[in-house]
Order: sequence, then C-alpha cells, then structure tokens
Amino acid sequence: MAASGFLALWAWLAPGLAFLLLSLVVPLRRSGKPAAWLSIVFTLGALVGAVTAWRATTPDMARRMLWDWIPVEDGVLTSVGVLVDADATRMLILVALVSLLVQVYSLGYLADEPPASLGRYYTYQSLFGFSMMGLVLAPNFVQLFICWELVGLCSYLLIGYWYPRPEAARAAVKAFWITKAGDAFFLIGIVMLWSRTGTFDFSELFELAQGGGEALAGLGLVTFFIYLGAAGKSAQFPFHVWLPDAMEGPTPVSALIHAATMVTAGVYLLFRTAFLFEHAPDVLGAVGWIGAFTALLAATLACVQSDIKRVLAYSTVSQLGYMMAAIGAGFGGAGFLHLLTHGVFKALLFLAAGAVIHAVGTNDIFAMGGLARRMPQTFIVFLVGTLSLAGIPFFAGFFSKEEILGAAWAGGLTVPFGMLVLAAFLTAFYMFRVVFIAFLGGPAAAPGHGEAHAHDAPAIMALPLWILAALAMGIGIWFSVSHPAAEFAPPGWLTPLAVAVAGAGIALAWLVYGLRAISADRLFERFAWISEAAMERFWLDDLFALVYRRLILGVSRAVGWVDRYIVDGVLNVLSAWTLTAGDRLRRIQTGQAQDYVYGIALGVLLLMVWMRWPK
Amino acid sequence: MTLQAYLTLAAMLFCIGLFGVITRRNTIGILLGIELMLNAVNINLVAFARFLGDVSGMVFTVFTICITVAEVALGLALVILIFRIRRTAVADHLDLLKG
Repeated sequence: MAASGFLALWAWLAPGLAFLLLSLVVPLRRSGKPAAWLSIVFTLGALVGAVTAWRATTPDMARRMLWDWIPVEDGVLTSVGVLVDADATRMLILVALVSLLVQVYSLGYLADEPPASLGRYYTYQSLFGFSMMGLVLAPNFVQLFICWELVGLCSYLLIGYWYPRPEAARAAVKAFWITKAGDAFFLIGIVMLWSRTGTFDFSELFELAQGGGEALAGLGLVTFFIYLGAAGKSAQFPFHVWLPDAMEGPTPVSALIHAATMVTAGVYLLFRTAFLFEHAPDVLGAVGWIGAFTALLAATLACVQSDIKRVLAYSTVSQLGYMMAAIGAGFGGAGFLHLLTHGVFKALLFLAAGAVIHAVGTNDIFAMGGLARRMPQTFIVFLVGTLSLAGIPFFAGFFSKEEILGAAWAGGLTVPFGMLVLAAFLTAFYMFRVVFIAFLGGPAAAPGHGEAHAHDAPAIMALPLWILAALAMGIGIWFSVSHPAAEFAPPGWLTPLAVAVAGAGIALAWLVYGLRAISADRLFERFAWISEAAMERFWLDDLFALVYRRLILGVSRAVGWVDRYIVDGVLNVLSAWTLTAGDRLRRIQTGQAQDYVYGIALGVLLLMVWMRWPK
Repeated sequence: MTLQAYLTLAAMLFCIGLFGVITRRNTIGILLGIELMLNAVNINLVAFARFLGDVSGMVFTVFTICITVAEVALGLALVILIFRIRRTAVADHLDLLKG
C-alpha cells in the first residue's frame, strides 16, 4: 500500500525532472530531437508509475504522503505531498497516457520545426505534465492552486507557441486573462475557506464535513467562488469564450491541454471537493444548470463552425458542461467517468483532426471532402472518436454520457436533463456533419492546397491514433460487458432514449450533408434566429471584449488619472516644498568660519539666559 | 581684591577676544582673538586656584600655556599654507564650507 504513494510521487516528479534538465541544460534543449526523446522517456516512466500506483490502490483506500512546507508558530500552515486514491490514480493515468501519446505524435506533427523551437515545445510539455499531475495528486488547496496556475501558464505558453502569429499571441493572452478572472475568485474562495476552518487540507476538510458540518455551515459563497475558478478553467458559460480561440496552438496541444486534461481540471476539482459542495445545495444546483446550459449553448455553436478544430473545441466545452451537470446533480462519479472517457476519445479526435490538417494544410472542413478514400486510416480512427462522442453503444462515450443523463434525471434537474438530451442530439449532428463534409462525399468544390497529395499520417503519428482508438473501443466494450455500479438507478427508458437521440442526430446529418435530401441552407434559414446568433457566438465574445475594453480600460484610466494627478500630485507638491525649504536653509551656510563662531556664541548666550530666566 | 574682580576681568577679556574672533577680517587677527580668549580662561583657572587653595588649577594653566604655544605655531603654519594656496589671508575669502 505504501508503494502506491511512492509510485504516484515518482509519476509526478518524473516530468518535473525532465523539465529541470531541459530548462537548465541549454544545449540539450536547443538540440530538438534528443530533448523530445528525453521528455518522452520520462513521461513513459510517469505512465508506468501511474499504472502501477493504480494497481496498488483499492477502492476505499487513500494514501497520503506529506512534507511540511510553510511552518507557522503552532504547527504547519500547509504541506506539500501526494494524496493517492483510486480516482486520483485513474486521472493520473489519463494525464500520463495522453501526455505520452501527444508527445510521440508531436514528433511527427512538428517535424518541420527548428530544433530550438522543438526543444522549447517539449520543455513546456514536461512542465505541463509535472504541473497537471501535481494538481491531480494535490493533498490540499494550496498545492492544488499552485499547480492550477502552473497548468494555466503552460496553456498560455503552448497556445502562444507560434507567437510570431498575432492571432496566436492574442488567443494566448485571452485564455490567460479569462481563466485568471475565475482564478481570482478561486483564490478568494480558498482563503475564505481557510479563515473559516483553519485548514487547507482535503482530508481534514473531509472529516469536518463528515462530522455534522456545523463548522461548514453557510459555505454558499465560498463554494461558489471555488466553482467560479473551476468554471474559468473548465470553460463554463460565460467563461467558455477562451477555449475556441485557444485552438491557435498546435493541434497536439489542443488535444492534450484543451481537450483531455487541463480543461477538465475544474471538473476534477469539483469532484474532489464534492463533500464541500454537498453543504451548499444551492450552489450545486447552479453548477448543474450552468453546466447543462453550457452543454446546449456550445453544441449549437459547434453546428455552425467551419473550422474543424473549432467544432471540436465547442464540443469540448459542451462535454465539460455535461460533466459539470452531473456533478451539479450530485453524482460526481458520473461526471468523473465521463471525464476519463472524454479524455480518451477527444484526444483521439483532436489528434486525428491534426493528422487531417497536417495533410491538407487547412482547417476549413468545406475545403476538405472525400478524405475517406485518401486517408482511410485517419477516417477510421476519426469515426471511432465521433461515434464515441455521439454516444453510440459499444463506444467509450456511450455509457458515461448515458450515466450523466441518468444522473441529471435522478438528481431532479428536469429542465437541465432536457437541455442535455437536446445537446446530445446536436452533438451527434455536428460531429457527423464534419464526417460527411470532410471525409465522405465528393472532393471539395474549392480544394485546399496540398489536398491532391493528402495521405495518411506517418507511423509515428498513426500509432498514438490507433492506441487511442483501441482504447476508446476497448473501454466501450468493457463497460458494455461489465456495467460499473451506478450511484443511482437510471430509469429503464433512458438507454433507448439516448441511442434514439444520437441516431436521430446522425440521421439528420446524413440527410443534410450525406444525401443532401434537405438543403443545409434551408435548414439554417428555418432556424435563422439561432444560427445567426450562433454565427456571432451569441455576442458573448463581443460582450467580453466590451467589458475588457470599456469597463476595465475605463476603470484603469480613472485609476491612472487619480494616481498621476492626485497621488503623484500630493507627493510632487510636498517634494517641491521640501526642495524650496532646503534651498532657503542652504543659504544660511555662508562658509565663513566667523559666522559659525558667532552662531555658537549667540547660542551659548541664549542658553545662559534661558538657564537663568526666572520661572 | 575679591574673586568677582578677577572673574569680571576674565569675562571682559574673553568678550574682547570673542569680539576679535568674530569681527577681524585678517586671519592673524582671529588667531590673536583666540589667544585672548584662552588667556581669559587662564585667569579664571589661576583665580579659582588662588581662592580655593587648590594648586591643580595652576598646573592646568601651565599646561594650557604650553598647548597654546603649540596651537599658535600650528595656526600660523595653517595661515601661511592657506596664503600660499589661496593667495589671501582675509577670512571673507575663505568660504569653502559654503553650502
């Protein structure tokens, strides 16, 4: 049992070691390929550690290893270490696995990069692996928050990997700003929680929560602030606007950070601290409603995108909404399960999309077409991912998504349940829209450059794809064979409903984009009010731009004016007075020794008079 | 003669010396003023020694006279050096301490 702690610790520290090596040994970093292999080997080590740690855990076991960090007068303010239990190691495996596959894939995807850039890329990747695993294993809020910020930093660095491109730089800044807005609340929430309970530690908080919860009464505001942090990271409405723009980064980065791992950190956080949220049912309800609304909103947005990565990005937002909805309904396990399966198949989808982009040289699905014949392998793995996402039986997403629907129903969130079902329909529709437009059907009317010689990805990129596809199918089949025990009893009509909804979505996509029996333009005209709004992204990005430009810049200007003319003004006047007074005083220093003698004599005289002055 | 008479003489001599130190323009004159002030002190010491019957005051006076001689020699040397460097011995021109 003790072994699991050390193994998890190793899994955490291995990428950190790689990061240290790469960041300190400059020639190694600038050498490119060797740096990449170093990072890959250490990540492989982390994966092995994570898997063995998982095998050493039992369902009801939690192993803690803590080292004192910030000492205070009576004891320790906070410690660092690992908190290993079954769920943490599962998440750890997902992070290490997707990291490893993405790093291997990147060798092919970024083969044309100069060695120095490639080394930089793998340095960031190692740092990300270290930070993300530290987040997963964090035994208290402080370590979690630090790692939380570190993954945010890695996200920023990797979105802006091609920083000479202005869109990439802008997207990086946007992602950073918007997640920081949530993080500020998160930090406030953590400190408020500490001031109320006097501890950051998850285990101690858990015991407090178990022990009647008097100490935790009235946690609404605290948990809501913590949720805002999670919402920023996990791209929940209205913070979701940064995620689609984050697609400016290299596609493997999108797969790793902005689909499989980092953006799910918020979900993981809520799952991990669910015992706190149980004491704030109102906040939990809000989490469920916002999650379901995000799922639906992002699904409608995904339907009108023509950039393949943006479709996937909105789909990620939508799926994160699903997970949040499950947590909001009070069944965190369902959300966590979807997190794991989603991590696998969404990484698969992104990497497959990356293979397509790599081959075709464009992101626009309307510039693709008929790729199934040219890239059969990529088509098959993309289809596996799509079916998983759509929730088709025997694929990874089917069971977890159905469980989320069941959780929403069982949790009494009837309207969010409806939203989620509608979102499931749209999910199947928009994913198969991509499949029919990009992969099936005839070649595009306006072929992108390089499409003529589009071909399947090289082996080093294909291998991770096949591994992920096999996993997506394997998990699906394994779940179908052995249903994990659910925390609730889903109604019997749920499975047929879920399958029917997914099937209907696929059928609609087939009718519109496969058979062209229904004109796509006609369809969009029919839903003009929503499709036009979706084209404009529901004006949310504009709203954010407005808020940032007008409100924050306006406040900044006002503050700047006060600083410049009031704060600085007072100081300037004071210093001017001092200068003048000094200048006047200076003149009494004549430099004549006789004057000084005169002054001394006068002073002595005055002293004598004062001493003898009659009282 | 009473002690007061001696002390009055010493005070007057001291004031004359101080007046010279403050008002003389010539550096040599200032040195002379300082000498007068020191001698006023000497008179004080001797007078007290005489009236209190304690010889240590006179011993101090002998020391003071010796040191005054050295001080005058040093002061004159300084004045000569200043005159060589600045080509003047007038106190008004020696204002390097000016702020």
